[in-house]
Amino acid sequence: MTDSSPVGSNRIPANPRRDDRTPGGPPIASIELPTAVPLSVYDLTVAYHRKPVLWDVGFDVPAGTMVAVVGPNGAGKSTLLKAIMDLTPRASGRIHVFGDTYRRNRHRVGYVPQRESVDWDFPIDVLDVVTMGLYGQIGWCLPVRRKHRLAAMEALEQVGIADLAHRQISQLSGGQQQRTFLARALVQNADLYLMDEPFAAVDAATERAIVRILHTMKDHGKTAIVIHHDLQTVPEYFDYVVLLNMRIVAHGPVEVIFTAENLQKTYGGRLTLLDEVTEAMRRRERSL
Amino acid sequence: MMFGSFAWDWALDGWIVTTGILCAISATLLGNFLVLRRMSMLGDAISHAVLPGLAAAFLISNSRSSLPMFIGAVIVGILTALFTEWIRGIGKVDEGASMGVVFTSLFALGLVMVVQAADHVDLDPGCVLYGAIELTPLDTIPVAGLSIPRSAITLSIVTLINALFVSIFYKELKISSFDPALSTTTGFHAGLIHYALMTLVAVTAVASFESVGNILVVAMFIVPPCAAYLLADRIGTMITISVGIAVASAVLGHISAVVVPTWFGYHSTSTAGMMAVAAGLIFVLSAILGPRHGIFVKLARRHALSWRILTEDVISLLYRLRERNDATIPNRANLQAMLLTGNVATRVVLGWLTHRGDIRSTVGCYQLTDQGETRARSLVRSHRLWEQYLVSLAGGTVDRIHDKAEQLEHFTDRQLRERLDAETETPQIDPHGSHIPPEK
Repeated sequence: MTDSSPVGSNRIPANPRRDDRTPGGPPIASIELPTAVPLSVYDLTVAYHRKPVLWDVGFDVPAGTMVAVVGPNGAGKSTLLKAIMDLTPRASGRIHVFGDTYRRNRHRVGYVPQRESVDWDFPIDVLDVVTMGLYGQIGWCLPVRRKHRLAAMEALEQVGIADLAHRQISQLSGGQQQRTFLARALVQNADLYLMDEPFAAVDAATERAIVRILHTMKDHGKTAIVIHHDLQTVPEYFDYVVLLNMRIVAHGPVEVIFTAENLQKTYGGRLTLLDEVTEAMRRRERSL
Repeated sequence: MMFGSFAWDWALDGWIVTTGILCAISATLLGNFLVLRRMSMLGDAISHAVLPGLAAAFLISNSRSSLPMFIGAVIVGILTALFTEWIRGIGKVDEGASMGVVFTSLFALGLVMVVQAADHVDLDPGCVLYGAIELTPLDTIPVAGLSIPRSAITLSIVTLINALFVSIFYKELKISSFDPALSTTTGFHAGLIHYALMTLVAVTAVASFESVGNILVVAMFIVPPCAAYLLADRIGTMITISVGIAVASAVLGHISAVVVPTWFGYHSTSTAGMMAVAAGLIFVLSAILGPRHGIFVKLARRHALSWRILTEDVISLLYRLRERNDATIPNRANLQAMLLTGNVATRVVLGWLTHRGDIRSTVGCYQLTDQGETRARSLVRSHRLWEQYLVSLAGGTVDRIHDKAEQLEHFTDRQLRERLDAETETPQIDPHGSHIPPEK
């Protein structure tokens, strides 16, 4: 188990296969796509009310990596995840999941939304929420069966809250809510996980539980793309990083890309020209 | 059955109540999901907005109860949901405001049309609001030798459709209400389910509109599910209870519409209105008596808490008296005077503590047992650690920390004490100079 205090102590042994990858290379969406690539984003642009949120975003994610998406507030991190899953319309760009469209490979993608995105007073229990991860496999109109509940129980055991299975969800603490969501993603048994700030405001025990699960996922050759805020722990928890601030600032293996200079570009160097043109567009629209 | 001067007539009252029950059940079944999706207002909006559709179809076809009329109204109802989304998008206002814009405009338009139509055809603007459920037994259709009211047949079909919808798509409704994003990503398009639900809301509103008026269906979409939400903590239970409440409101509503006004020397009043009032009363009862959020339960919890605090105060007082070798004899009268409580409360608390084995009495004097001693020491330790914490870390002054610590000590467990101890660097004495007893 990784301790959360020393930064980057296990970097090298955790990533033995680093050398044969080309860090930060061009997106390969334009050439023949191997189905082994879990996610390939090419030229993605997303705008809300004409205001661009993501510009020309492109990157590939190698299989079996834990990827941190890092960037300041409003950098479009959540939008990126939503655009990958077709939850947000995109102005342009292509997204390939295991070499095909998201729609075709939807069953291979698990999503862990932000904890605040749902109503925790909803009258259901923890097991119900976890079972929802299986609804896709169960299919339209068919009922939840015993085997599904058993699978959900197993996932709850993995995240260490099996004893809370029959609690109503309003009685959970923040960390327990996050574990519930994680169990729901685990039960989907996906190959690519998209997680929106799973570490936000959780207790130390939950943080360790999440890290442990990420490690297990990696050991099983799964890929996770995780929006992460705590820069301190990025080198320790992840082996690949995407630095995002409306555009991709840099992406690649943590030890190559996660540098002070790149972080400065991501957080400090605001894209002033883009901001200005956006503002000009909005003024123009209002005056019309 | 007799209620004063009121004689139950199955051919009349039976059908009126049946129609009311059918309307109530069909609306409530869908209403559960409106409430859970926090879009209760949309049910309200759609039930109002179908009016211009009804009126337009009525003006065109010049007849009531035709299929085009039905379809026209349902389409307008669905448009309400679409318009609401659209106005929210372009107007940058919240959903409530955009809904308000859409449905009041449409309802007003409908009223204007109805008033116009009323000049040359038989359509009563008054009926729009509270309907004519009392007249349903008069408009019958012969089915298998029985003459069954037309609206009862329509509403049975709608109830059946809604019940099938909710039971067949139960899982899908649940996931899309709780987590629309997950629903869409696992293949159950949340928008699709939303509009399916809205279509049925519109169908239910239109089917109910003419026979039972607008007020009943609006109430039944929302009130029984809300009451059930207070009583249940599982969605299945909530739906079951809400249907029970819907049925009860329909029955009680009709009876009280006929009976209650006669007590005051009036004629019977609007049945549909009374059904809605009955539902409202049941909601008030659930709010008072509910097991989780009910007012009674909250009161009871507060009482239980104040009793617990009093018992804890007694044992920590006994501990302090002994600690400072106080000469006061710890009998009931003295304890009562020091705790500033009533006679009865002191008796109850001392009895309870003796029963629990925290104290024992010898010739009227109370003493802590070993078990009571341990409890009391934890309390006193919590109190003094808090005082130390408040002074050394929270910037409190020595003369003003006692009351705060007195409150906090009752909510401090061992784990919290250990953290307090660590943060205050394991003090031996508190700011008042009293010794802080060790944990054990």
